[in-house]
Amino acid sequence: MSETPLLQLRGISKSYGSVQALTDVDFEVANGEVMALVGDNGAGKTTLIKCIAGIHGFDSGQIFFEGEPVTIHGPKDAAKLGIEVVYQDLALCDNLDVVQNMYLGREERDWLWRLKEPPMEQRTAETLKSLAVTTIRSIRQPVASLSGGQRQSVAVAKAVQWNSKLVILDEPTAALGVAQTEQVLALVRRLAEQGLAVVIISHNLHDIFETATRITVLRLGRNVGVFERAKTTQQEVVHAITAGVPTKVSGIPATAEATP
Amino acid sequence: MTTEVQVVGQDAGPPPDEALPGAAGVARRAWDNIRTGNLGVLPIVLGLAVIVIFFSFQANNFFTADNFNNIIVQMAPTCMLAFGVVFVLLLGEIDLSIAYLSGFAAVAVAELQLQGGAHDWPFGIIAPVGAVIAIAVTIAIVGAIGGAQGTIVAKVGVPSFVVTLAGLLIFQGVVLQILEVRGTILIQDSWINDTAYYYFSAFAGWIIAAVVFGIYAVTAAVQAIGQLRAGLAIRHPWLSAAKVAGVALAAFGTVAICNHAKVPTGLPLAGVEVIIFLIALTFLAKRTPFGRHVYAVGGNAEAARRAGINVARIRIIVFVISGAMAGVGGIINAAYVNSVDLNVGGGSLLLNSIAAAVIGGVSLFGGRGEVRGALLGSLVIMTVSNGLNTANYSQGIIYIVTGMILLLAVTLDTIARRLQMRAGR
Repeated sequence: MSETPLLQLRGISKSYGSVQALTDVDFEVANGEVMALVGDNGAGKTTLIKCIAGIHGFDSGQIFFEGEPVTIHGPKDAAKLGIEVVYQDLALCDNLDVVQNMYLGREERDWLWRLKEPPMEQRTAETLKSLAVTTIRSIRQPVASLSGGQRQSVAVAKAVQWNSKLVILDEPTAALGVAQTEQVLALVRRLAEQGLAVVIISHNLHDIFETATRITVLRLGRNVGVFERAKTTQQEVVHAITAGVPTKVSGIPATAEATP
Repeated sequence: MTTEVQVVGQDAGPPPDEALPGAAGVARRAWDNIRTGNLGVLPIVLGLAVIVIFFSFQANNFFTADNFNNIIVQMAPTCMLAFGVVFVLLLGEIDLSIAYLSGFAAVAVAELQLQGGAHDWPFGIIAPVGAVIAIAVTIAIVGAIGGAQGTIVAKVGVPSFVVTLAGLLIFQGVVLQILEVRGTILIQDSWINDTAYYYFSAFAGWIIAAVVFGIYAVTAAVQAIGQLRAGLAIRHPWLSAAKVAGVALAAFGTVAICNHAKVPTGLPLAGVEVIIFLIALTFLAKRTPFGRHVYAVGGNAEAARRAGINVARIRIIVFVISGAMAGVGGIINAAYVNSVDLNVGGGSLLLNSIAAAVIGGVSLFGGRGEVRGALLGSLVIMTVSNGLNTANYSQGIIYIVTGMILLLAVTLDTIARRLQMRAGR
């Protein structure tokens, strides 16, 4: 990638008490690209995206967005930049309907503080249509009554609706059947085709090789490689996940942090 | 991309009940709702009708216009507390302090309305004050107390059960401390007493019924026009029409019965107060971003937080509402007995108001329920209690029957929810 990546992370470190979750991690994603983030359990994938989303802070390192250094202190900061995250546990309210979920926390209101339902409903329908999410019968039914794939589609649509530039998907297919997985992966590809930067976290290499442009591998909280999908094999990626060696040797000494 | 086409087509069948026009669609929807246990207020209204018919045969002077008026006024304090309970339950929290908080409010308003310097701190400094100021100050005080409890729940993370249990003991103690010294305080301020004892003239009653009906009808119409203007279909046109008719029947029917009563005659102000809070709080819960956020926090607090909602702020405001509504209920309760004594806020007030909300269909687990449920639940509880009283049953029997109705309501609700889940709702 010759152009500046949309999002660039340099030397991110994060510890939970005595547990070092991330050590000197670099990461980047460009517009129109699906960047997969893979690694074994506890490799620090979720921690990394939580840092990006402003769910929690990090100890050291820098984030660049569109080439500019930025600080992200909370979900609202991330949203302001155009970063949206679709969480593993979906982050939808089961008791609310599709429209209510899509606009949660950003409801449109008039001067009397009344919710403006018709425009919200209209735009929700448009967003779902533009993403070719056509299986939902009524956007006024509670999310609890939707299938896993439909819920995931709603969560993705919710993330896309706000003119976001970067969408991060945490295990979007973890709880889905085969057909529903295809549905969501097709949706992910469409997002990248529309020019968004997409980060997808998954355990499922099949899914990743079907959607990703590039693959970043984390192991024990460190970078162990970035692969181009077209130039790599599943074996190579699996090897990196299970036995990869940190790619970084210069810069902040990685070993110094283990010993106080 | 052949797979994608298959997938999208998979469960995209024609929306069956939207497609059916007119009567067939209504019948289909009705059957759907019965099958899935999605009945709204219907079971509780039917239950209320059964209760009324039962007691009409059991007690001689139950089915009279005078007693109807009586029930409205008796119900008002419980209903006000239950309105607050609805919001707290929507969050999945509980507020046990409301009854004694209402007792505290009763003491406060009684102290504030006293003339002269015959009474001590804390209220002596600002007395004497007019009734309106006394009521406003009292509600502000208990609202702030509710907010303080809510802050401990939201910011420190102490479970609301414990915080408000402590509140229950504390305010019971405060009320005892004040009243042990002062004894019973009489409320002679006619403005305060009127909150429970004022009855509108027949003509004013009709005007009020027309206004209430007008508000509902205009709101429904504006909503329908908004839908059409945005190019959206009106979802349940028959149901909406039936609801407007139902509200008309309830509003004018109530006034007709109240005007028919002999002593006292006319629509009681207490009933109007209940309706005012019903409308205002329903607006707050259903039509404002705040209300939407209350439902969201009750449904999935983490999702709400990640959507950028200030969850702690929502929790605190809800406890302020709960405290303030306890204050409103306490004032009406005090006005109803024209005095404040050692029993204030005690008895079955707490459990009745929580039971009223639950009988009205508000889930104890948060995120599900409506403000109007509190009114319907209070009506059920107070009608039963009034009916058993007029039929000369003892207080023990009243508790037993109320308990059984509560159990029945929650059991039916749980079954309905399981049916809905099985039907994939």
